[in-house]
Amino acid sequence: MKMMKIAALLAASAVAAPVAAQDLHFPMLNYRTGPYAPGGIPFADGYQDYLTLINERDGGIGGLPIRTTECETAYNTERGVECYESVRGDNPLVIQPLSTGITYQLIPRVTADGIPLHTMGYGRTSAMEGETFPWVFNYPANYWDGASVAINHLLAQNDGSLDGKKIVLVYHNSAYGREPIRTLEILSERLGFEFLPIAVDHPGQEQGSQWLQIRRERPDYVLMWGWGVMNAVAIQEAANIRFPMDHFIGIWWSGSENDVLPVGAGADGYTALTFHGVGTDYPVYSDIQEYVVGRGLAAGAGDQIGSAVYSRGLYAAMLAVEAARTAQELAGHAQITPAEMRAGMEALSISEERLTELGLPGFSAPFDVSCQNHGGSGAAMLQQWDADTQSWSLISDWIEADRELIGELAAEDASVFAQENNITPGCL
Amino acid sequence: MLYREAGDFKTSYASDNQTFPIRFDRAAYWVAIAAAFLVVPMVLGDYWANSIVIPFLIYVIAALGLNILIGYTGLLSLGTAAFMAVGAYATFKLTTAFPGMPIYIVFLLSGLVTSAVGVLFGLPSLKIKGFYLAVATLAAQFFLIWLFTRVEWFYNYSPTGQISMPERSMFGVIITGASASSTAVYFTCLIFTVAMAWLARNLTRGTMGRTWMAIRDMDIAAEIIGVNPLIAKLSSFAVSSFFVGVAGALTFGVYLGAAEAGEAFSINKSFLVLFMVIIGGLGSILGSFLGAAFLVVLPVLLKLMLVDGFGWPADLARHLEVMIIGALIIVVLIVEPHGMAALWRTIKEKLRLWPFPH
Repeated sequence: MKMMKIAALLAASAVAAPVAAQDLHFPMLNYRTGPYAPGGIPFADGYQDYLTLINERDGGIGGLPIRTTECETAYNTERGVECYESVRGDNPLVIQPLSTGITYQLIPRVTADGIPLHTMGYGRTSAMEGETFPWVFNYPANYWDGASVAINHLLAQNDGSLDGKKIVLVYHNSAYGREPIRTLEILSERLGFEFLPIAVDHPGQEQGSQWLQIRRERPDYVLMWGWGVMNAVAIQEAANIRFPMDHFIGIWWSGSENDVLPVGAGADGYTALTFHGVGTDYPVYSDIQEYVVGRGLAAGAGDQIGSAVYSRGLYAAMLAVEAARTAQELAGHAQITPAEMRAGMEALSISEERLTELGLPGFSAPFDVSCQNHGGSGAAMLQQWDADTQSWSLISDWIEADRELIGELAAEDASVFAQENNITPGCL
Repeated sequence: MLYREAGDFKTSYASDNQTFPIRFDRAAYWVAIAAAFLVVPMVLGDYWANSIVIPFLIYVIAALGLNILIGYTGLLSLGTAAFMAVGAYATFKLTTAFPGMPIYIVFLLSGLVTSAVGVLFGLPSLKIKGFYLAVATLAAQFFLIWLFTRVEWFYNYSPTGQISMPERSMFGVIITGASASSTAVYFTCLIFTVAMAWLARNLTRGTMGRTWMAIRDMDIAAEIIGVNPLIAKLSSFAVSSFFVGVAGALTFGVYLGAAEAGEAFSINKSFLVLFMVIIGGLGSILGSFLGAAFLVVLPVLLKLMLVDGFGWPADLARHLEVMIIGALIIVVLIVEPHGMAALWRTIKEKLRLWPFPH
């Protein structure tokens, strides 16, 4: 009771809203601490560095500088909600929580508050149904796309048939890890392979029993939906039982340097999906060196530049900046609101030419967002780890996902959500 | 001077037994209640409501529940988060199965469901106590979370295992869901917290509370003077789980809006509530409030001070926050091993003598 009186007094001084300045607010819900920091740090650095680059090189977007704010979530949902509450009154243009758990909490909130949420390659898959989830975007690819791409890749490797093969899914036992199960189950029925999901509980430091089971089951392929320390442990265990690394495919969140480096030579040949290019052979990196690193503005310790998850953070920032640009064109003025940003995201078009202009040729598969499709193209590539050079290299071209099947499943899930929440699907 | 019994004559048994024997305390209590119901809603912003006050009120209920079990009955439990999960999943199942049921009734029924589960997991307490019982309740923690992540019926067969709270209203006011105003949510939590604290206070000083404390102080002696340990221990588990279940229902229903058993109700949360009880003060209602304030409000205030006030990087502030809270816990426990409530008792003694200590 006493605490509440103090809180009330403090609240009175805190509610005074800040004056709307002439800038574009991009909040960052990062996690540089906690068990998932090895994944959170490079993403946060990449995101921030790209926005710094735009400010330094181009003077912002449409002449308006970008203002970033950082809030530490530690991958914890309660802190994520606290972070969201702290930025939502400050005209945030797009929220990117980098956590499936926080995403589920934020979907109803952003819908009520009218703030766009972009969950790039994570979050709720059925959010690709833009008519049911007008404020949520998950382009360019989602988990079900990932599952389908992995299976399509295996189909190509096995002359179009997976009949009689056995595929194991090692997954993080959370909403995130369970996402692909239904898709894989349906694919296993259609394609005739045997499917076996094996759960690993948070945080995943102990996987002895799971890999003992895998050794006993003798699967042809192992897929992995892991995050954080679980990835490195799984790759180490796989190396221990001498599982062929090129038959072990991770989702894009299981494909960072942090996951393979601790395993050393044993990780050689490990493959993971990715929906963007890897490495620093893109012109944009020389700009980052010149305008960001050269001026001492690099985010964090500056030691993550060029890593796989850093590239993903950079990609997320690039898509956000492009969407803001589109929104400014549509609105006809530079100082856009979150609602105008949403319109920009829905009209976003990433083409090969535009990527080349941005210094990222071939970095992403071209895609268009529309009111119906908030999920982008769904295409992904495979990257393979070379333990000698300690680098990832792309070993495939863009592999398409079975969007017909995924659209069907997503429509089913979205209609349940619409029913539960009394939403009439439609374009805004 | 102001803070003393002198001159405050007790002329009936009721007034002799009242919760606040000192006039000053009584006045402070009513002022606090009036402020909480009348003043705070006027000045409370969305951010303060959703990220500080509402979680604080909910954790107070959970801490009260655990305090009944540990502080009053002396039964150590590490399954608090699992019982909160029972409350949360009961709310989800009840409200999706019976959408027309008033949401306050749903929260109370979820408490009753948790109560039943709590009694079931309390059965080992008849045979074992102390650390051994703690291990048995740890089993509840792991088993229940496993159940909620594996059995699809509990989350209505959603592909991810997440449960989401649909929009519900009472008397035409939206209470749950994202469109609920923070004032409505604040009042919901406040009403439950005040009612539960009142209930806890009156249970613990009545016959039931006295049998609990008799069991806590020496169970064999209590049995000899006629306390039935079966009823005392199981009633303590039932009441405690009821409180914890309502806290879980509110956590899911009005605070988070979506939850997943393994993430939102992990063992860390069990420890968090346990620390609240220990730091606040075992066997004290005020202690539950102080403990919850210390571990829920203080971290957010620290973050506001370091990040928004000093402009420090968010990750540095987070590391410092963990260190500062840890250091403060040690300081509090060294200065006052019986918790912050005991500190308040010492202050009260001093206040009675002030300003003439000799």
